[in-house]
Amino acid sequence: MRAEGYEKRRQPLGGWEIEIETYKVADTFYCTINNVDPGARFARAEGTTREEAEARALEKAEKYIKQTRRFSTQ
Amino acid sequence: MADVLVTTDWVAQHAKDANVRIVEVDVDTTSYDQGHIPGAVGWNWTTELCDTLVRDIIPIKKLEELLGKSGVDNNTTIVLYGDNNNWFAAWAFWQLKMYGHKDVRIMDGGRKKWLAESRDLTTDKPSLAAKAYKANAPDVSLRAFLPDVQQASAQKKAALVDVRSPAEFTGEILAPPGLPETCQRGGHIPGAKSIPWGKNCNDDGTFKSLDELKKLYADQGIKGDAPIIAYCRIGERSSLTWFVLKHLLGFQNVKNYDGSWTEWGNLVGAPVEKP
Repeated sequence: MRAEGYEKRRQPLGGWEIEIETYKVADTFYCTINNVDPGARFARAEGTTREEAEARALEKAEKYIKQTRRFSTQ
Repeated sequence: MADVLVTTDWVAQHAKDANVRIVEVDVDTTSYDQGHIPGAVGWNWTTELCDTLVRDIIPIKKLEELLGKSGVDNNTTIVLYGDNNNWFAAWAFWQLKMYGHKDVRIMDGGRKKWLAESRDLTTDKPSLAAKAYKANAPDVSLRAFLPDVQQASAQKKAALVDVRSPAEFTGEILAPPGLPETCQRGGHIPGAKSIPWGKNCNDDGTFKSLDELKKLYADQGIKGDAPIIAYCRIGERSSLTWFVLKHLLGFQNVKNYDGSWTEWGNLVGAPVEKP
């Protein structure tokens, strides 16, 4: 058994840059979403297709990232 | 590179050697069950690599039991790897060094590189004969506690390295985007320099060359000629920077402040610097 079709890409989400990492192991697609800076995973999901796994992970990621507040740096 | 790093090729060739134990430690504790390196043991950082009652590193007896049931004795070569560029693999490495394990290594590039290279995976857990393990008392010279950091900040006794993202350093955010806020104040420890952990790594998850790493820190005045304390939010990202400074660059006096920002940023009356 091996990871197949490992891909990652970056895109903005809710004002933050995220990295979407997806691969298939056996019959399941796994999608992990990291913030680009600092590079921490904050959402993940599985699916029977790449699209399904990514859509589920992005749905969670959007919910979580909306909770990130920006503060004054003064 | 130093002998504390092994390549994915090395692991593929040696994962089943009798004296080698491969251990996966992930931020995402479900990753091991998705598929792991054949023969690898999985350790859960949230339950197995800490004291689950008091906020502290793993107690010595618990560590001895964990290593023993993982088929590790005092002479075993432990090779750690994990997701997020080895964040919690480095956390485990730091604790194993505190307890005096001689031969601990990290797989360069971690889980990401193993997956990207489409190497063998399994969901089978290895069947291991338990061994007896005797740990040393923890070497606290590798760990900074709050008073050490307060003194370092107030008296400029050590270089403080904040490895969090620039937005965390300035106080724009209280936690990495998408993660729960775990502190009451944003900013950084007065006097700290911002050197985000990610600058240690290449895009494929491997560590940068020694020359690049040396320059990264020297450009910030960190040359290994004075004590260094690394910190982040909960101590795992700073374990990775501690690993780089102590074991790749060979600096002598490097401590990891695992209390990190979740301690300092919640402390009543603690001075905070912004931006």
